[in-house]
Amino acid sequence: MKKFIAGLTLAAVSSFAWTINGTGATFPYPVYKKWITGFYNQTGNQVNYTGTGSGTGIKEVAQRHVNFGGSDKPLSPRILKIAKLYQFPTVVGGIVLGYNIPGVHSLKLSEAAIKGIVLGKIKYWDNPVIVKYNPNEKLPHKKIIFVHRSDKSGTTFNFTYYLSKMCSTWRKNYGARKLINWPTDAQGRGVAGKGNFGVSAAIKTNPYSIGYVDYADALKNGLNMATIQGRDGKFYAPTPKNFSEGAKFAGFNPKMDFYKVIAYPKHGYPIIAATFILVPQEKTTKDKEVTAFFNWAYTNGDNAASKLGYIPLPNNVKAMIREYWKEKGIAPAK
Amino acid sequence: MEKIFKSLSQLSATTILLILSAIFVVLYIQAKPAIKKYGIHFLVDPRWGVTVQKNNTPNVAKNSVANSDVGGIQVEDDDVLAAIGALSPSQEKKSNVVYGGLIPIVGTILSTIIAMIFAVPIAMGISIFLAEIAPPFLSKPVGIAIELLAAIPSIIYGMWGLFYFGPFIAKIFGGSSVNLLVAGLVLGVMIIPFMASLTRDSMKTTPNILKESAYAMGATKFEVIKDVIFPYAKKGIVGSMILALGRALGETMAVAFVIGGVFNFPHKLTDPTVSIPVVLANNFAESSGLSLAALFYLALILFVISFIVISFAKFYFLRDKK
Repeated sequence: MKKFIAGLTLAAVSSFAWTINGTGATFPYPVYKKWITGFYNQTGNQVNYTGTGSGTGIKEVAQRHVNFGGSDKPLSPRILKIAKLYQFPTVVGGIVLGYNIPGVHSLKLSEAAIKGIVLGKIKYWDNPVIVKYNPNEKLPHKKIIFVHRSDKSGTTFNFTYYLSKMCSTWRKNYGARKLINWPTDAQGRGVAGKGNFGVSAAIKTNPYSIGYVDYADALKNGLNMATIQGRDGKFYAPTPKNFSEGAKFAGFNPKMDFYKVIAYPKHGYPIIAATFILVPQEKTTKDKEVTAFFNWAYTNGDNAASKLGYIPLPNNVKAMIREYWKEKGIAPAK
Repeated sequence: MEKIFKSLSQLSATTILLILSAIFVVLYIQAKPAIKKYGIHFLVDPRWGVTVQKNNTPNVAKNSVANSDVGGIQVEDDDVLAAIGALSPSQEKKSNVVYGGLIPIVGTILSTIIAMIFAVPIAMGISIFLAEIAPPFLSKPVGIAIELLAAIPSIIYGMWGLFYFGPFIAKIFGGSSVNLLVAGLVLGVMIIPFMASLTRDSMKTTPNILKESAYAMGATKFEVIKDVIFPYAKKGIVGSMILALGRALGETMAVAFVIGGVFNFPHKLTDPTVSIPVVLANNFAESSGLSLAALFYLALILFVISFIVISFAKFYFLRDKK
């Protein structure tokens, strides 16, 4: 059946191969690139996507310069209405706390420890709050260096969203934003890196540092990643299995245009983030091509995504998205 | 033919002036919203992107259209609204985010000063050695090596600084591997070849007859260099420093890697901070509305700083004393 459909699409499009252009979030760029190659090989249709950042993605699609925009930060239904856009999620990823403490290889961080570190209240690694869950590790009396992004980023937004959910002090004073004036900077214990690459490099080159990075980048750079406490009090290692455990509780709602920041789920690894696609409401012909591409990716792209360290959407969410497309009249042509 | 040639060269000269003023005008227009809102106070305000809670109007954030609520969490949406043009100017005025440029301005100036202090003596030493002391079989290859150094793209210096030089400096001076000192030293390394090769060239223009007469009078090598070559080549030497200074002020990629990118006033040399070009490079792609205007304001300031510094250096050092 699958082959038949693939053959049918191939036959249908080989005579009218089309091209769509998109730009936006850099976080899903590696997996989109894989999907684009696979899609081209099977259908002959060309998809162009450039990683320029979520802000640019939103701007470009709002001004109708591209066929679709990518954003790590979902837009609320009200804003989607103003900008006349539709929105749906594509893939989920984990954000991890990478660290570099010589001699320590399995760090466990409780919620209290994470709060203390980001708020600058826990200053040394041998603080009792950290030691409590790491009785077997030799934590040194060294200053904690906190590494963060120096550029505006969706990763920072999702990480600070998680902090806001978990910690009311953080919510009151900082909130969830793409650029934060970190309290640790003012104490002279902050370092920043440009892009996930810069953060990974800063963690690697600064002993006694900790920072937040996308799982895919941490994996690539061989960083030590902390096991952290979830909302249910259990500790979760940063593994794809625990990410998808969290993604089950995402609670996407098509009535709200899937508007949902999914960090801090009930169970599973708590710092997870979805990335989204925006399409113009009125350009239904082109939108159908965009959805055709992502429909192909939902069906055939899960393996590629997992290999790169991303979490494919659960099947029920994919079904919801296909339903959403149909309802809005942008479902891919059969 | 003569006429065409003359007007063609005139045209090229005026293009430069036109481009210069056009850049200034564009920067000014784009920066205008920020200039209007923050005025000259921008120059001395150390806060960047800080949301100010006004005590007398506690509901500002709640009622503002710019902030949408997600499960009780304030999510900054100014950017998005401005990007789609849904934010009216009056709403933008109400926005209570403060941008100030003090930290990047200080960072730019400090990193440039460190670079110059580090680079000038070394570059002078290199060029004196190459022009006067080294035998030809040595000065040729070393001269070529220096010119090659000048041709290395800045991002390579940045990566070298990030992975090797920074950790090395941190081991000696303490602090983190990316900081103001590392940025200044990497900048210094970058501008040394510029200064050295230009200075060597201008030293070489000293007529042999002058040098030989000095030697004939019994002057030592040091005295010849100090009293004959330096005064003769002064214009070229200062010119090379000015060029190097201009490059250090505006260098972006290498510094972005090693300065730390933290909006923090450096209390020690080994504290991470930020410079104007780095702020621009880091935030440009994701900014719109007021934050974009603030970035343009910073760019305008950088433009003016380099303009003032360079013209000051030119007038002060190169005026004719006759």
